[in-house]
Amino acid sequence: MAEITLENVTYVYGKGAPYEMRALDDVSLTFRAGEITGLIGHTGSGKSTLVQMLNGLLKPDSGRVLLDGKDIWEDPKQIQQIRFQVGLVMQYPEYQLFDETVEADIAFGPKNMGMDPEKIREAVKRAAQFTGLRPELLKKSPFDLSGGQKRRAALAGVMAMEPAVLVLDEPAAGLDPGGRREILGRIREYQQKSGANVIIVSHSMEDMALYCDRVLVMENGRLVMSGTPAQVFSRAEELIAVGLDVPQITRVARALRDAGVDIGLDIYTVKFAAHRLLSGREAHEG
Amino acid sequence: MKADIAFGQYYEGNSFLHRLDPRWKILFVIFYIVIIFLAKNIFSFALLILSAIFLTLISRIPLRTILRGLRPLVFIIFFTAIINIFWLKGDTVLVDWWIIHIYLEGLINALLIVVRVVILVAGTSILLTYTTTPIALTDGLERLLSPLAKIHLPVHEFSMMMTIALRFIPTLVEETEKIMNAQKARGADFSTGSLVRRAKALIPILIPLFISAFRRAEELATAMECRCYTGGKGRTRMNILHSSWRDVAALLALCALCAGVVLLNIFAPGYALAL
Ligand SMILES: Nc1ncnc2c1ncn2[C@@H]1O[C@H](COP(=O)(O)OP(=O)(O)OP(=O)(O)O)[C@@H](O)[C@H]1O
Ligand SMILES: [Mg+2]
Repeated sequence: MAEITLENVTYVYGKGAPYEMRALDDVSLTFRAGEITGLIGHTGSGKSTLVQMLNGLLKPDSGRVLLDGKDIWEDPKQIQQIRFQVGLVMQYPEYQLFDETVEADIAFGPKNMGMDPEKIREAVKRAAQFTGLRPELLKKSPFDLSGGQKRRAALAGVMAMEPAVLVLDEPAAGLDPGGRREILGRIREYQQKSGANVIIVSHSMEDMALYCDRVLVMENGRLVMSGTPAQVFSRAEELIAVGLDVPQITRVARALRDAGVDIGLDIYTVKFAAHRLLSGREAHEG
Repeated sequence: MKADIAFGQYYEGNSFLHRLDPRWKILFVIFYIVIIFLAKNIFSFALLILSAIFLTLISRIPLRTILRGLRPLVFIIFFTAIINIFWLKGDTVLVDWWIIHIYLEGLINALLIVVRVVILVAGTSILLTYTTTPIALTDGLERLLSPLAKIHLPVHEFSMMMTIALRFIPTLVEETEKIMNAQKARGADFSTGSLVRRAKALIPILIPLFISAFRRAEELATAMECRCYTGGKGRTRMNILHSSWRDVAALLALCALCAGVVLLNIFAPGYALAL
């Protein structure tokens, strides 16, 4: 169990200054355990701000953040414990690397948790494998890695803590298509194996459609839509109105409908579209 | 952008003071400081206070902002006041108890010194840092010092370094915050434990910060070279500084203030500053 609930959370950057910015405006939602939730929204819509609420990096100006029904700010001194349960991979995580070797850097989180050395070694190995870091890279300095490898190392640094809630702010940005599928596939595996609560921020509608059980849409610091990918992506007009898009295959389905072949608008993966088309043909022929 | 860093004092605006030529403004501030130190008795101090109020009004900066800028000084002001109250001897005894002797002269002296410090800080920051962008400031400084280039002092290089440093302070602050957050997310703890432990806890922040600062410096150097930067020689400017009637008016006002302070010092009787 690791359910996170936001209750009427509001957050303002630079309060009182001329450039005051209301980044979150009365947001209420729940991230359920055992699900992968996708968070989408235009640049500057408040996604990164929201995910930093979840592990207490930012404190709401008003409203509450609940982890399994308990306010995470009940005892501000215990916020570190919350951070061990809610693992957050920041938007540009490669800047967090600092230690002499990749291995030592990945071990930073588990060490802070007070795990014993034997367990740490195992956790590091598992995390490295999970993120596709080859064993020989573990002995290298993190500064000698390529951009994509750095990103994997940073991801491993959080994965090694094996958090019950895993929050990823654009984990796949900057990776090659193969690496992207690999990482997201592994994240899904982790979620299915551990029953963790996984939250992914992404700009790729395709990734969201493929990997998420639920999609939330943000605009100007507010939650404007939520539902299964089918529900959300069938509202293409509204998505486009908030500066987003739908997966390409959903657009194909729309074009087909406009051309007189209606296979439904709740289509968001190629597989599902093929299935609909084929069953449609069978019905037509039979 | 971050709000509360000392360099970010500039307050966006378009007042009389904002529109003064930065070269002149630097000279004006020096002049103003001299005037502040010329004031000797309560009447000339009263005139100084009026001038500071006048500056605040024409700068159109909210009083709250200016007071907030004084907050770091509260301790120093308090300390100087206490020392002056207790140490200065005079004729009129106010309190005489055990080892504590307070004289009227000491009290007034403390008051005048506090006023001097406050006007010194508030006045100069209104005249200069609140109303001049850091870039305009270094620009003005470079122009003022440009005669020194004749004797081969690297005036342009110095000002370019200042400009770059100022430009990157907010960036570095932002970056520090990001790195701190990333390490906090991995359970780093900067606020508990012994001094040694806390110092050690800074390593995961400082290393990435230095590396990225070096990387940035290198990238900036490359970018400048790509745009054919070769130093100050023969370089023309995008923003040419112009003096205007405002600068003349400001100069006259300051001269009048200076004359007023000197005359009041000489002709008005009253408690004089002992220090
Ligand atoms: N440290 C900060 N100080 C002031 N304003 C900020 C800060 N961080 C973010 N903001 C502002 O808050 C708003 C929300 O920012 P946020 O980073 O949450 O957006 P985002 O949805 O993650 O965008 P992106 O997709 O580009 O990552 C933006 O308008 C941004 O300018
Ligand atoms: Mg973001």
